[in-house]
Amino acid sequence: MFELLLDPLFHLPFVTGLVLAPLAAVAGVYLRLRNEWLAALAYAQVAAAGGVLAVVIHAPVMAGALVAAGLVAIAKGLLERAGNDHFAVFILIGWGVALVAAAFTAHGDMVSKSLMDGQLYFTGQGHLVSALLLLVVGAAVFPWLSKRLLMSCFFPDHFSANGVPAWRHHVLFDLLVVAAVALATTSFGVMAAFALVFVPPWIAWALSRGWRWVLLLAAAIATVAYVIAFVLAIALDQPFGPMLVLTFGVLSLLRLAGRLRRPVQPSADVSAGA
Amino acid sequence: MTSEPVLRCEKLVAGYARPVVGPLSFDLHPGEVLGLLGSNGAGKSTVLKAITGVARVFGGSIRKRPGLRLAHHRQLPVRPHEFPLTGEDLVRLTGAVHRNPPDEVSRLLHCRMDQLSGGQFQIVQIWACLGSPADLVLLDEPTNNLDPATNAVLSRLIREERNGRTLLLVSHDASFIEAVCSRSFPVDR
Repeated sequence: MFELLLDPLFHLPFVTGLVLAPLAAVAGVYLRLRNEWLAALAYAQVAAAGGVLAVVIHAPVMAGALVAAGLVAIAKGLLERAGNDHFAVFILIGWGVALVAAAFTAHGDMVSKSLMDGQLYFTGQGHLVSALLLLVVGAAVFPWLSKRLLMSCFFPDHFSANGVPAWRHHVLFDLLVVAAVALATTSFGVMAAFALVFVPPWIAWALSRGWRWVLLLAAAIATVAYVIAFVLAIALDQPFGPMLVLTFGVLSLLRLAGRLRRPVQPSADVSAGA
Repeated sequence: MTSEPVLRCEKLVAGYARPVVGPLSFDLHPGEVLGLLGSNGAGKSTVLKAITGVARVFGGSIRKRPGLRLAHHRQLPVRPHEFPLTGEDLVRLTGAVHRNPPDEVSRLLHCRMDQLSGGQFQIVQIWACLGSPADLVLLDEPTNNLDPATNAVLSRLIREERNGRTLLLVSHDASFIEAVCSRSFPVDR
């Protein structure tokens, strides 16, 4: 069974996932910072609906997924920091549209099932090229974007006080997240994409001390979980999506370790040196 | 003061859905520490929010010196229930990492912010603003959550660690304003 791991058929999907998994986790860290973690599932579900709709109108699945998730991002932008309530509505609409659209054609039904199951093996060269492009763009804008997203969270008046437009980093971040989640959804499936964006940051949040460690740990957890799930899916001949989600289920126990750790207290009272 | 003011408020009327404070007129000169003093609900914080562009200006004007860099410590700083940033992350964010923090602050910087007490978090937040390269620092009720000893630390930070920059602070505590400010300005409804 394990000889399948070396099959050239699986090389492309494996490498694509290896690029996308840490990218999705890092995007998830910033979604969590903005308290928009449910956005990942909303974008994933709507991207799936867009992918299925694309099949119905004979358009590329990835393009449909990107456009649909992009429309949700625009709607969120118009609602101004929509919060998780609105994302819940987008999830429900995405789920309904995906299933209804799937009923129109046999091909749509197959794509819908594949997106819900999470079959990484259908990942093509377009996914890998898009993932690498996203990696390059993300790395190029990361220092600029990260600082502004953190400032927006902890010093929200900084931008208006200094006459610096805040919309640029909000829009850029939303675009990158939409691209990462739509790509992850069409590669891994809806729930696996959501798990990649949500679980690694959730665990890293409890275990890390310092922002750099949150980013590194989230990316590492996502990569390790991805490799384990890929091997398990091939070895057990199971869909990749559920394997990844179950792997994350086990890794979630790591968060307990962070919760059980004794809080680190400062060595002395703040007034000691006064 | 004969120097050009860094900030000039003229007949300022500010609020949200409707005006809550003003008209007020005051100048703030380089290196000054001006305290806005008034009772709860007088609209002191609204004045700061109008300066930062968060509150609405209904009348009058706010003129800032061109290129003026501002840092604003809110009355209720953003403090999520669980977040893994350390104090060092916070001061790096504002640029305060380029200055040596006083001992009372530096011993807190390695901790996660969600593991600090309210007063400890407050003093780190204030240092993140005071240590930043901003020309004008706005401090809104900086004595919130502070015990008397930490309050003394804060007074010393404002007097000795502001590096010559201009401060506009808001408090309902007249003795604190008197202790740290070069001038005070009453704000009443």
